[in-house]
Amino acid sequence: MSISADESVPTTKAKVLKTLKSAINAVLIPLLAVFTALVIGALIIKAAGGGPLDAYKGLFQGALGSLKALSETTVWATPYIFAGLAVALAFKGGLFNIGAEGQLALGAVAAAWVGYALPDVLGVTLPAVIHVPLAVGAGMLAGAIWGAIPGWLKARTGGHEVINTIMMNYIALNMTSFLLNGPMKDPNPLNVVARTPGIAESARIPPVFPGLRFHWGFILALLVTGIVWWVLWKTTLGFEIRTVGANPDAARYAGVSVSRTIVVTMTLSGLLAGLAGAIEVTALNYRHELGFSVGYGFDAIAIALLGKVHPLGVVLAALLFGAMRNGATRMQFLTQIPVDVISVIQALILLFVAADAIIRWIYRIRAREERVVLTRGWGG
Amino acid sequence: MDWRRFGFIALIILVLIGVVVMVGATQVSPTVIVVSMLATTISVATPLTLGALSGIYCERAGVVNIGIEGMMLASAFFGWFGAIYLNTILKVAPMPSLLLGVVAAILTGGLLGLLHAVLSVTYKVDQIIGGTVINILAIGITGFLNRQLFFEKGSIFGGEVPHAPGVLPRFHIPLLADLPLVGRVFEQQPIAVSAVVLVLVTHFVLFYTRWGLRTRAVGEHPRAADTVGINVARMRYANVIIGGLIAGLAGAYFTLESVPSFEPLMTNGRGFISLAAMIFGNWSPFGAWASALVFGAAQALQINLQFFREQIPPQWAFLQQAYIVGLVPYLLTMVILTGIIGKTTPPAADGQPYEK
Repeated sequence: MSISADESVPTTKAKVLKTLKSAINAVLIPLLAVFTALVIGALIIKAAGGGPLDAYKGLFQGALGSLKALSETTVWATPYIFAGLAVALAFKGGLFNIGAEGQLALGAVAAAWVGYALPDVLGVTLPAVIHVPLAVGAGMLAGAIWGAIPGWLKARTGGHEVINTIMMNYIALNMTSFLLNGPMKDPNPLNVVARTPGIAESARIPPVFPGLRFHWGFILALLVTGIVWWVLWKTTLGFEIRTVGANPDAARYAGVSVSRTIVVTMTLSGLLAGLAGAIEVTALNYRHELGFSVGYGFDAIAIALLGKVHPLGVVLAALLFGAMRNGATRMQFLTQIPVDVISVIQALILLFVAADAIIRWIYRIRAREERVVLTRGWGG
Repeated sequence: MDWRRFGFIALIILVLIGVVVMVGATQVSPTVIVVSMLATTISVATPLTLGALSGIYCERAGVVNIGIEGMMLASAFFGWFGAIYLNTILKVAPMPSLLLGVVAAILTGGLLGLLHAVLSVTYKVDQIIGGTVINILAIGITGFLNRQLFFEKGSIFGGEVPHAPGVLPRFHIPLLADLPLVGRVFEQQPIAVSAVVLVLVTHFVLFYTRWGLRTRAVGEHPRAADTVGINVARMRYANVIIGGLIAGLAGAYFTLESVPSFEPLMTNGRGFISLAAMIFGNWSPFGAWASALVFGAAQALQINLQFFREQIPPQWAFLQQAYIVGLVPYLLTMVILTGIIGKTTPPAADGQPYEK
């Protein structure tokens, strides 16, 4: 009795310590990666003839300096969370979805079409409780289909998803350009840009606070993060996705249908990316405009990796990237440093997270965890 | 030789040329159309051929390189920047500026090849991720420098894009270009010609030299290669850097041979299509070249059809839309990659880091 009591106290303590230690370890490398990337970014700004300190001050102010800045940061972070989850989910299943960009764009187009055209096509006025879910659902469906195609091709023919999702991006881009310049173009005689008409009042998710662009999409994104976590770690489907991702041969041996899981993973991944686009249309912009989503897909990859392919990590990484993108506008306004420098810093963050050996070497941190296999060449 | 594959490739090219001949037959003689199509095909296939060759060097040595797109983009920028800097600031004559610009582009590619080698060979980073890093890095750095150097007041060019020294001139290949009827096909620009030469060189190097044998050994079975005394890491480094240099030459095509200007994201997926060409060509130089010509023909179709705008029946007019024709090469890439022409086999150790 006394022995077990004696042991139980240090065990709990050790457990807490261990959890704390692993939590610190999990964020240590990403934090150092961000720090190192910012230092190199400063050198690049300096080399290009700018003042790094002023630039970063502007960046910080623009990202977190006021209530409005904070609100804008969440506005930026929302699609990043959805798209980052999309890429992370695919990574968990051993698939590299570079196609979030196209899935997101088509999700936005589909949501916009349902938003502005469906009531006329059906000849009825829809109440918001039906119209909003329909528009969001259409966006999710479009993204899901766009993700399912490369998944199906991979499962069926072995065509590599990296090439196919990239090709689907270009096809989606061309299709969107065609639609927004042609059949879906806003017919308003004053309009000269490639954009859809505004969506009907009944398809709009109203803002949370008047005067701020902070919207319900951000809260939904946090909810969806929880759902993705629950699916991945608490359901059979999630177990199958993770098993196929970790070791397809073992999964096959255990009776999991690998090809079915690949298709399902890519479909869910596309669905999340499509949701990102649909929310931008129904909760923020109330229309889709060409070019607004450019770059989300690539950023989402960096976010997923920086977040260590974990839903919670994705939210943190998305907030960081959202803050940087948001602050960059202020930085450019104050210091004339082009916002593109943020892309360089993000690429460097990705580089250091992927090649954490470099970070370990710079900061003399001993290697600890085993390597996580994310993708498997062409053969996969 | 895989004759079935080559027959299939020839058939696609013939069909694509046939479409243009049929559309334009009432206006221009078929010979002129065929010659024009062939000339455009070879020209626009240039970056794809070079990109595919770049991929072949890397992957035959066992390193997957999906960063070719980014290598091309960065090289296109730095080649162009180099040429303009020499011409505008240092007052070098246009022709040497252009040639040194090509050198700058090639070196940029080589440098990124070195980065990829460091990541994938030394640090054993997941090679797909390493390639993605290069792609994102290239987009960021070219976008940043393009705006900072050319569109900011107080930059070296004073805030406006200076007059470019033009593009590399066409040259007249003796004998071939003098042929009747088809002579025009052989009036090409230097990078287009060098792409064809590099196809021959790569084939010879890979299959008839000791270097090539070692490269393939390292890509197929690194442990066996290591056992007989081949330095796996060194072979991989060398081949990935060579691949980078060639991707750099491909980048030079965009800004120094095709058009005399740089646009952000101007490579537009050509690096990825190159990889598809490499896979479709089953990792062989001639196969890759033939596949690149297919994609070239698809783009040549788009370019040449624009001359016959009025010939297209109104119910098909929407196909004439740039965006619709524009997605053909990408769709073709996907269709081809689904393996409609049989299975392709990558080098056995492709994508796997070698642990001693």
